[in-house]
Amino acid sequence: MKLLLKLLVAVLMPWPLLAGEQLPLPAEYCNWEVQDFSIKQPLCDLRGDPEQGRRIVADSHGGNCLACHRLPIPEEPLHGTVGPPLDGLAGRMSTGQMRLHVVDQRQFNPLTIMPGFYRDPRLANRVADAFFGKTFLSAQQVEDVVAYLETLQ
Amino acid sequence: MMQARRIAVVAAALWAGMALALEPLSGYTFLAAETRAMQDDEFENPGMMTVDQGAVLFREHRPYEEHACADCHGADGETLDREKIASYPVYDETLGGLVTLQEQVQHCWEINMDRFPLQYDAPELVALETFVRNRAHGQVIRVQTDGPLAALLQQGEQLYQTRFGQTGMACNQCHVQYQGQMLRGQQLSQGQANGFPEYRLAKGEITSLHKRLRQCFISFRAEPFEAGSDEFRLLELYLMSRANGLKIETPAVRF
Repeated sequence: MKLLLKLLVAVLMPWPLLAGEQLPLPAEYCNWEVQDFSIKQPLCDLRGDPEQGRRIVADSHGGNCLACHRLPIPEEPLHGTVGPPLDGLAGRMSTGQMRLHVVDQRQFNPLTIMPGFYRDPRLANRVADAFFGKTFLSAQQVEDVVAYLETLQ
Repeated sequence: MMQARRIAVVAAALWAGMALALEPLSGYTFLAAETRAMQDDEFENPGMMTVDQGAVLFREHRPYEEHACADCHGADGETLDREKIASYPVYDETLGGLVTLQEQVQHCWEINMDRFPLQYDAPELVALETFVRNRAHGQVIRVQTDGPLAALLQQGEQLYQTRFGQTGMACNQCHVQYQGQMLRGQQLSQGQANGFPEYRLAKGEITSLHKRLRQCFISFRAEPFEAGSDEFRLLELYLMSRANGLKIETPAVRF
């Protein structure tokens, strides 16, 4: 009987909580789904603004895409060479593919250096307090960036 | 036939690229000419101020105290073993295993000189470390990689390849995979540690290795480990072993 009780307690213990696996997602986080290596549905069904996206892409405190990529933004003098140049990107990729690249590049390439800008924040390791539980960009910002990338014909 | 030759050429190019990536290059090789000149000129190099501060502490004889560093090691550190300095971190069982140069200095300070212990990366310790490493300027780094250090080295390498923070980036991605590429305006170096403590022009201050690691973690948007923590000491061991074959440049000048 005692053994049975112990077993019952063991089964009913909130193990996942102890293992720290059940950190709640931030309320504003929208789930996304990968199909054919793309995210076809806009995040949170939001509509992006390409003008805003262009600003985020160049802002070193925003997406800072220029840190690694060359982009047709001539007024910014310094463009990185870590990632591929993105000129004409929309001619090579569908919108859904671009969205997945920005959201979580590791879905394509598990070894990539590129941060996942809307990756599940629970998957990150040793995040600084100020960024804990947050995505790098908001869903709106991701959609703005995708809307800008769509203009790169 | 054509295909086979093409494959052979690609394989040869990849091999050459790998050999190049394996050769350690000091951050000095990635510097602009004027920054190199600043480092090379003892009067222009702002890190020399810290060497001088270290020298003062090294010779300082406090009242009621028996020893100063200089009593054993010479007023200018001339009896310090340059080769030994270039072999840190070392394994010393009596001191609890892995010992960084700064910990060795702190050990002398607290035990041999009977002074109040200093915290890791305290300004006095950084100054003394800078002075001591500068005594071995030009000495080729030879960190032991076998024996008791082999297992610790593996742990250090693992940390080097671990993704941290919101960006989920790891040290090896910038400094091995993408070395030489531009990160916006800055060229990625191999991240070699042969010039530490070094003077960083962007921050305008002398910077210990652990402080630099802290800055890297902050740019990952990660919670840094403490200066002197096991993690940073293991990373130091791995970094210094990566620098084997390079010469000590302390105090280096870097962007």
